[in-house]
Amino acid sequence: MTGLTYSLDLTVVWAVIIAFGIFAYVVMDGFDLGIGILFPGFEVGAERDAAMNSIAPVWDGNETWLVLGGGGLFAAFPLAYAIILPATYPLVIAMLLGLVFRGVAFEFRWRDPVHRRWWDRAFMLGSLVAAIAQGMMLGAILQGIRVVGRAFAGGWLDWLTPFTVLTGISVAVGYGLLGATWLIGKTDGPAQAHARRMARMLSIATVVAMAAVSVATPFLSYDYWRRWFAMPGVLLTAQVPLLVVVITGILFWSIARGRHKLPFLAALALFLLGYVGLGISIFPYVVPRAITIWAAAAPAQSQLFMLVGTVVIIPIIIGYTGWAYWVFRGKVGEGYH
Amino acid sequence: MTDYALLLARIQFAFTVSFHFLFPAFSIGLASFLMTLEGLWLRTGRGVYANLYRYWLKIFAIVFGMGVVSGIVMSYQFGTNWSVFSDRAGPVIGPLMAYEVLTAFFLEAGFLGVMLFGITKVGRGLHFFATCMVALGTLISATWILSVNSWMHTPTGFAINAQGQFVPAGSWLPIIFNPSFPYRLTHTVIAAFLTTALVVAAVGGWHLLRDRANLGARKMLAMGLGMIAVMAPLQILAGDEHGLNTLEHQPAKVLAMEGHYDAHPDGAPLILFGLPSDRDEQVRYAVEIPRLSSLILRHDLNAPLPGLKAFARNRRPPATILFWSFRIMVGLGLAMLMLGVWGLWARWRGRLYDTPWLHRAAVAMGPAGFVAVLAGWITTEVGRQPWVIYGHILTADARSPIAAPAVATSLAAFVVVYFAVFGLGVLYVLRLIAKPPEAHEAEPRRTPRHAAGITPAATFEPTNKEKDA
Repeated sequence: MTGLTYSLDLTVVWAVIIAFGIFAYVVMDGFDLGIGILFPGFEVGAERDAAMNSIAPVWDGNETWLVLGGGGLFAAFPLAYAIILPATYPLVIAMLLGLVFRGVAFEFRWRDPVHRRWWDRAFMLGSLVAAIAQGMMLGAILQGIRVVGRAFAGGWLDWLTPFTVLTGISVAVGYGLLGATWLIGKTDGPAQAHARRMARMLSIATVVAMAAVSVATPFLSYDYWRRWFAMPGVLLTAQVPLLVVVITGILFWSIARGRHKLPFLAALALFLLGYVGLGISIFPYVVPRAITIWAAAAPAQSQLFMLVGTVVIIPIIIGYTGWAYWVFRGKVGEGYH
Repeated sequence: MTDYALLLARIQFAFTVSFHFLFPAFSIGLASFLMTLEGLWLRTGRGVYANLYRYWLKIFAIVFGMGVVSGIVMSYQFGTNWSVFSDRAGPVIGPLMAYEVLTAFFLEAGFLGVMLFGITKVGRGLHFFATCMVALGTLISATWILSVNSWMHTPTGFAINAQGQFVPAGSWLPIIFNPSFPYRLTHTVIAAFLTTALVVAAVGGWHLLRDRANLGARKMLAMGLGMIAVMAPLQILAGDEHGLNTLEHQPAKVLAMEGHYDAHPDGAPLILFGLPSDRDEQVRYAVEIPRLSSLILRHDLNAPLPGLKAFARNRRPPATILFWSFRIMVGLGLAMLMLGVWGLWARWRGRLYDTPWLHRAAVAMGPAGFVAVLAGWITTEVGRQPWVIYGHILTADARSPIAAPAVATSLAAFVVVYFAVFGLGVLYVLRLIAKPPEAHEAEPRRTPRHAAGITPAATFEPTNKEKDA
């Protein structure tokens, strides 16, 4: 019996680690994907170069959290990995190809000045496609996946619904907000004023999108409805929308008052609250209403083996990643190109 | 009836992984080369090393970026297209891949930014440390992923649970250090170093043919050919050992490489060339050297070797592919050895920079590493068929429930995007190496290590006119 509780605990620990990894990905790659989405809005020349150079030293590290999210899911919850990816097949492929285009654009735009505008377009479209695909994957997971036995059993376009379109757009808008607020912190002068104007619009759009997804989610399934509105849980879950209101106020205030760093932090807090909200809706499922984290879990010896390394290595990673951000702190300078 | 969904999924994996591996095959060696250059620069203070570092750093940035984005595709493709494999093998290989991310990918990515952009922001020592960490990361990455790949060839240390999943039987050591892993790791890492050395020597040779006095080009040729002279013989030894290991654990693969359909109870001949036919189970027009195959594989002229006919037809890898891919790899390996020896001879005669035919040969051999590496991987991966986990899961039973049209669409998208995007990337690399390393660069005066005024870091600084070039 002790063995059983022990492995239950390990599975929850891993769910928390994977959730942390995915959140780290969303906030870190979120702002650099967001800059990609906003890219056509920047003036050709210095403004675009500054936006690019503000993320060039860190984007690769940011994207590594995506590999950790996928790799961690594969390792700790292989069944979930084996169901979710086939179920969202076209979205995953679209995301990967989008990431190809935007990833190479960082270098290619400097190597081919004649076609720089084309690579800037590839950067924008790649970022946008990746963001929308990620949002739609989220929506597809929330609305449920048809599972028979240990495999996905639906059609290859099951993921395409009005709800997933809504989540796709929402995530792209939210990433845009992260990107704009990041640039407020990394630029000054006209570029910063421009970023601030963008951030104001995107704040409104993000709040509307969050509200729309929040309203739509309980209607997907009675489970979600009960999770959010049944007594006495509602006393706890109600804190999430309340905090959203507070953070939204801080976000608008900090942008209006011309603060440099606070808008980005407020946008991050908004994402965190949205993420906690998703956690409340989904837990303890990893494929909602089909596979719980315990059903999908790898055996205890696999989870334990990774846990040892993760506990030691993740703090080190956070350490040197933090150092890399610190090296490139302050307003953006010029690249090496 | 042909299972098109399976065939397309296999083609897609083969296509994306082949394309992907071209980049790490180059960047693993290039990272170590850059580390060497920066180390030499810090030690000697000679400007030529700093110039070469800057020259290859731009190329590294492009190649590494392409490796990253094509690698992310691989990390998801296990789940998208091989979900049964992922579900069943995940508990064993998933943790190894997670360790690759944790110990290698983050290390590379975390220090890459400083390596590319940080020379003016951190001290020289710290910048060198960042370069070393990137180089170390590429090698750690190779270690973990080759452990995973080797386990699929020689699975050990596992049990099967009630859900049909492979789970660790006890210790992780027999899983990580499975029987073929040390051989595969050695063979692959040497291959990566050779690939880079061949490219560096080719670029050096190319520019020497135009300007014999170019100091950077001389250094590149000397360092590249020197590395080839050391690595090519080592690679042949490592390949031989790897082959013996494969014969022990995957005999059908080696027999297909050799074209031995029939058993040879008293000494097998080495078939140099011929036309193998899996349908007729024979090699037509074979040119053979008696007993040499036994000598190579068993180190004994009269040792018996079994034949492919000992395996059921549907449990054999296709000799028609392996026979050729293996010969391409070995042929190129021997050519590399000859190039290395020629380089040594020219160096001994003091004519390393004055032998245009040697420089032409170096240029011609520039892409040889990539071709050999792909031929080698085709040999080992096709040689594992029809298994995905050798002896336990058939490739045909491992795929995702995704219909053929969906896979056909994604495959077409990958082919178009990869050729367009990575084709342009290769073009940009070629453009960069078409420019000579700054010719006749004056050697700067040796500057004191802690001079506050002139900092040698300025050597890394791009000049303004180059910024947009």
